Amino acid sequence: MTNLLKILLTEPFRLVLALVVIMSFVGLNAAYLVWVERKGAGRFQRRPGPTEVGYAGLIQPIADAAKLLSKQLILPDGVDATLFRLAPLVVMAPAMISLALVPFGEKLVGRDINIGLLLIFALGSINVMAIMLSGWSSRNKYAIISAARVVSQNVAYEIPTLLVVITMILATGSMDLNEIVRQQAGFFWKWNLFRLDVNPLAPVTFLVFYICMLAETNRAPFDMAEAESELVAGAYTEYSGMGFGVFFMAEYANILLGCSVATVLFLGGWQSPVGIWSGLFWFLAKMYFLVFSVIWIRWTFPRTQFYGLLNLSWKILIPVSLFTLILTSAMMKIFHGFHGV
Amino acid sequence: MKNAFKEIATGFNSLVTGLRITMGQFFKPSVTVQYPHETLPIPPRFRGHIELVRDPETGRAICFACKLCERACPSDCIVVDGAKLDGAKKKSVTEYKLDFTKCSLCGSCVEACRDGAIRFSRDYNLAGLNKEEFIMDLFAKLQAEAQAAGVAPAQKETDAIKAGQRAPQQELRPAGAAQTPSATPAASEEISGAHRAPPQGAEPVKKDAA
Repeated sequence: MTNLLKILLTEPFRLVLALVVIMSFVGLNAAYLVWVERKGAGRFQRRPGPTEVGYAGLIQPIADAAKLLSKQLILPDGVDATLFRLAPLVVMAPAMISLALVPFGEKLVGRDINIGLLLIFALGSINVMAIMLSGWSSRNKYAIISAARVVSQNVAYEIPTLLVVITMILATGSMDLNEIVRQQAGFFWKWNLFRLDVNPLAPVTFLVFYICMLAETNRAPFDMAEAESELVAGAYTEYSGMGFGVFFMAEYANILLGCSVATVLFLGGWQSPVGIWSGLFWFLAKMYFLVFSVIWIRWTFPRTQFYGLLNLSWKILIPVSLFTLILTSAMMKIFHGFHGV
Repeated sequence: MKNAFKEIATGFNSLVTGLRITMGQFFKPSVTVQYPHETLPIPPRFRGHIELVRDPETGRAICFACKLCERACPSDCIVVDGAKLDGAKKKSVTEYKLDFTKCSLCGSCVEACRDGAIRFSRDYNLAGLNKEEFIMDLFAKLQAEAQAAGVAPAQKETDAIKAGQRAPQQELRPAGAAQTPSATPAASEEISGAHRAPPQGAEPVKKDAA
């Protein structure tokens, strides 16, 4: 019995358990965020949204999943079969792995490593490659255009994202996500969002991060990759059944991941804003608030034009994030000694 | 440089305004009508296909087959026939067919009718699988409605007693009509199969039509 317990508590087992939990978490969230999205879209447009399947349409995501699962996976003529089949896996896996690094609670981490932040952004760039692969291997004009867009969009937005992340690493002196959260203990003015003593432009930094997160997850108003009205379904045009379903899930997994990282970096992670009951509840509350704001933004703003998207990044976000980086470094050097808190 | 900052500020401001507006809408009640579950009231001057008006007392059609409507119809889509019953002063309608595939809902027939014997119905759920479903036997429909409303048989019998010599319903029909009273509901159902029961409130039965 004790031997069994020892095996159960070993690191590999913990990792497997974490991945299982993360996978079910992502699956459930992807399904029900679609419901929230549709319900939210309905409310924003003053209609009720799904109502027919189950109470308030609550069984709708299950019906959708059953539909997608029962469909044939069509492999069109002339596609690069290997890459075509590989792309959905490549888009899903990094998001899953990254979520295993996110501290949902003080002890509730899949794997608590001290370079979690670096790993998440290293894995995050694979997402671009996966969408590019799907577009490239589809042998479809729309998919190719979408792939080209995704690459230029993500190249443009990785830069401000990483500049912001570097700013945060400077300010916190750590790449350990749990350590970053621990530093924000106490009340909400201890959050990195309000730590104006190290970064007087912290709210602006958060905004830049948030905009970049929207762009990196290809969400409206930056959904150039699957601009339905222009590119059919963009890089996913040729995918059917669960092949498309996995891309769809990955989109929501990436939103979850982006919102989780934003929560950890700026909103104090699992720390309570009022000093009590720190833990999973506050993490989820903050994260879902951000997720809701993502949906809110989607149903408010029309899609940007492509040059507007690139202008925003190169002309505004990169200069601003560079400036905050320099400002933070200066503040650290002058007031805090270089190695941070 | 100054312009650039100004542009950012106004742009940001407009984004925030947009977000505020959508959030305002979020909490307002929804404005859509969930169609199969709820319907909007039909406007009083709605023009459906025409239908015969029932005399609320006798349960029979007011129409006495003067054929003014038939003549007024620019599309030739109405066929009326009548017969004089024993002892009755006027003719009674025995056949009233509307070819709805040709009807343009111009309303000339309703205008031409002097006695208010036809009116616009409020049926709008008129989907059908073939053309024949839209050649409507309005007389059969009227009888089916009268029977469903419970007016026809009971009223008819009392009428017959009062009049002493009025014939039962079988004799109202011409010899050619194959419909017996017992067969009427089923038969008329078949003929006017297009008239599925509309959603609630869609077909108010007007008792004071005459």
